[in-house]
Amino acid sequence: MKFDLDSFHKAFESRIRLGIMSALAVNEQLSFNDLKEFLNLTDGNLASHIKALEKEDFINMHKSFVGKKPLTVYKISATGKAAFDSHLKALENFIKHQS
Amino acid sequence: MEKDYLKDISEIRNMMERSSKFFSISGWSGVLAGLYSIIGAWLIYTYYQFNPSQVQGLHPDSMWNMDILYIAIGVLVLAMFTALVLSLKKAHKQGQSIWNGTSKRMLRQMLVPLVAGGCFALLSLHYQLFGLMAPITLIFYGIALVNASLFTYPAIRFLGYVQIILGLVATWQIQLGILCWVIGFGLFHIIIGIYLQLRQKA
Repeated sequence: MKFDLDSFHKAFESRIRLGIMSALAVNEQLSFNDLKEFLNLTDGNLASHIKALEKEDFINMHKSFVGKKPLTVYKISATGKAAFDSHLKALENFIKHQS
Repeated sequence: MEKDYLKDISEIRNMMERSSKFFSISGWSGVLAGLYSIIGAWLIYTYYQFNPSQVQGLHPDSMWNMDILYIAIGVLVLAMFTALVLSLKKAHKQGQSIWNGTSKRMLRQMLVPLVAGGCFALLSLHYQLFGLMAPITLIFYGIALVNASLFTYPAIRFLGYVQIILGLVATWQIQLGILCWVIGFGLFHIIIGIYLQLRQKA
């Protein structure tokens, strides 16, 4: 049985971060409030998880204005997408080798 | 350890679905839209004898009346208003907002066929193609629903196919127009509405 534990990225150990990446993987972009709503988190809690993902370069932030209101949206980066995909692959392999 | 990863997978699945689909549609809005449609169709059928049997013109003993158009628009506005209010209520209960990226994308997908179909119907009215009213509204609404179904319950796709098929039947047999319209906009809205409501409760 060959199983590569390195593919399990540390950033995805937190289920919340995994959730943020999952949501961004299937959406072109999501606002801070969208993410907050999907994950049912407080502002501070979500912000800290987002900061961790930004530090890994997994997501990009864009700030813009809608009228006078600032709007912050996040996108998955190419690095993030690759890491997320290989994480999914690793999960898949893990399940396969279980049976 | 295995259990943890299974939980991870279900979280990924859950988030992908929750973030890309709009689940605040209330089944009741389908039921009510169906009822409005049936009442509207009954009104124009009994009071205005609107029951075209050919593509152009009406029966010699019936007349076009602008009220028919107003009733149709009234049904449309009432149905949309109901859907909006009930979706707002449901979203509020789910702790979500109805105005997010997914609902915007879903509306955009619906709007193109709906606006095109609406203009096509109005232009056909201009040429007195009364027999095409039921087919046009059914087919374009069906396409709008199939488009929208990418972002919401799969049952909406089925509802879309039903409307398109009924629209084609109504084109083939013009005299069945009103009947097909009542089945599509009335009966099937009610059936799918009840189905969604029961499924959501379960």
